[in-house]
Amino acid sequence: MTHHHDNDGGDGITRRHALECMIWAGTGVLWTLSGGVPVSLNLLGAAQAAEAMTNGFTFLQISDSHIGFDKAANPHAIDTLKEAMGKIQALPQKPSFLIHTGDITHLSKPAQFDNAAQIIGGAGFDVHYVPGEHDLIDDANGQAYLDRYGKGTKGAGWYSFDQNGVHFVGLVNVVNLKAGGLGNLGGEQLAWLADDLKAVSDSTPIVVFAHIPLWAVYLEWGWGTDDAAQALAMLKRFGSVTVLNGHIHQIMQKVEGNVTFHTARSTAFPQPAPGTAASPGPMTVPAGQLRGLLGTSSVMVKQGGQELAIIDSTLA
Amino acid sequence: MICMRMPARQMAMMLSAFTLATAAPAPLRAADAPMVTIENFAFTPQVLTVKPGTTVTFRNDDDIPHLVVANDNSFRSKALDTGDTYAFTFTKAGDFAYYCGLHPHMQGKIVVAP
Repeated sequence: MTHHHDNDGGDGITRRHALECMIWAGTGVLWTLSGGVPVSLNLLGAAQAAEAMTNGFTFLQISDSHIGFDKAANPHAIDTLKEAMGKIQALPQKPSFLIHTGDITHLSKPAQFDNAAQIIGGAGFDVHYVPGEHDLIDDANGQAYLDRYGKGTKGAGWYSFDQNGVHFVGLVNVVNLKAGGLGNLGGEQLAWLADDLKAVSDSTPIVVFAHIPLWAVYLEWGWGTDDAAQALAMLKRFGSVTVLNGHIHQIMQKVEGNVTFHTARSTAFPQPAPGTAASPGPMTVPAGQLRGLLGTSSVMVKQGGQELAIIDSTLA
Repeated sequence: MICMRMPARQMAMMLSAFTLATAAPAPLRAADAPMVTIENFAFTPQVLTVKPGTTVTFRNDDDIPHLVVANDNSFRSKALDTGDTYAFTFTKAGDFAYYCGLHPHMQGKIVVAP
């Protein structure tokens, strides 16, 4: 049920980071900072979570809730988000906050934003958002998103914050997209990022989150970001960098040097694995299988262990 | 010649009726109307050639919204949900490349030639 993708030229070098897929079990990616390195936990792994809580704090990633989506692939995207939030609320150890990696809504309509805010906000967590392209298609080209989530952000909604010694950076790569191109950060945001990182020491763990993957997952379907390399170059000097994305509605990961890349699942509908369908559009599965493909995943990074384990989860 | 002796108002009514009558069969020609469909994250036909003054309709048949944007920004649709259409009239001759503003790897071209 899980996918390994280690697109590094096929030379197998990065296989030293033996990826190990495990079981499906939860609704979000629950991350903890242990020994300065982000470690994600199986949502059902109470013992692990308890251990993590003694060493640091946890946060949880949800993505691609697509409130307003009502097509065959999931006529009730609002219900599956409610289920996901219910599972998060039921966690024995509460995350310190959530991050949402975009596509909160399907069509940027006010009622869709309102419903999402009610369901996600109603759970009582602090939530740090970045927009997906579906959040910026109101008639004012993104003003609806900024009105709701833009406070304290720069430009199209990017920002950073620090928590427990970790520097978090929320980037926006879904505006000013160019013909024939991929996701786009743009010069203004890259300049801001360079400035933002100046005061951060090399030993500070960095967590970057954005909607479209910041690595080349599958360019034929636009799953990558044109100028991500410039951002990643700025992150080379840091000992620990974790990049969290959404957009592709499935788990993928890659470890390259000091950087761990990871994409989360959607709470709304699955999308096909790269190249396995005519298009990346919503994938309709038999009704009984849908919840087995929703939710997101947990990832465990063992410091110094060169081993990255993904523990995926379902809403089933 | 008979028409020339008609009062203007009566003639206008008659012309109006004629217009209505000719408008009615228009849907029968819809299949011939220049149309670009959006399906499976692609514009079909990818290159469409029309004469100046032609109105081209773009229709989204995907379950995901798309957005039609000219490379030179000469036209831009709103987000098209499933089944939504966008029509633009191409008055000048030339090649008009366009892409999807949400999925920019999707590209197409309207060639306007006399």
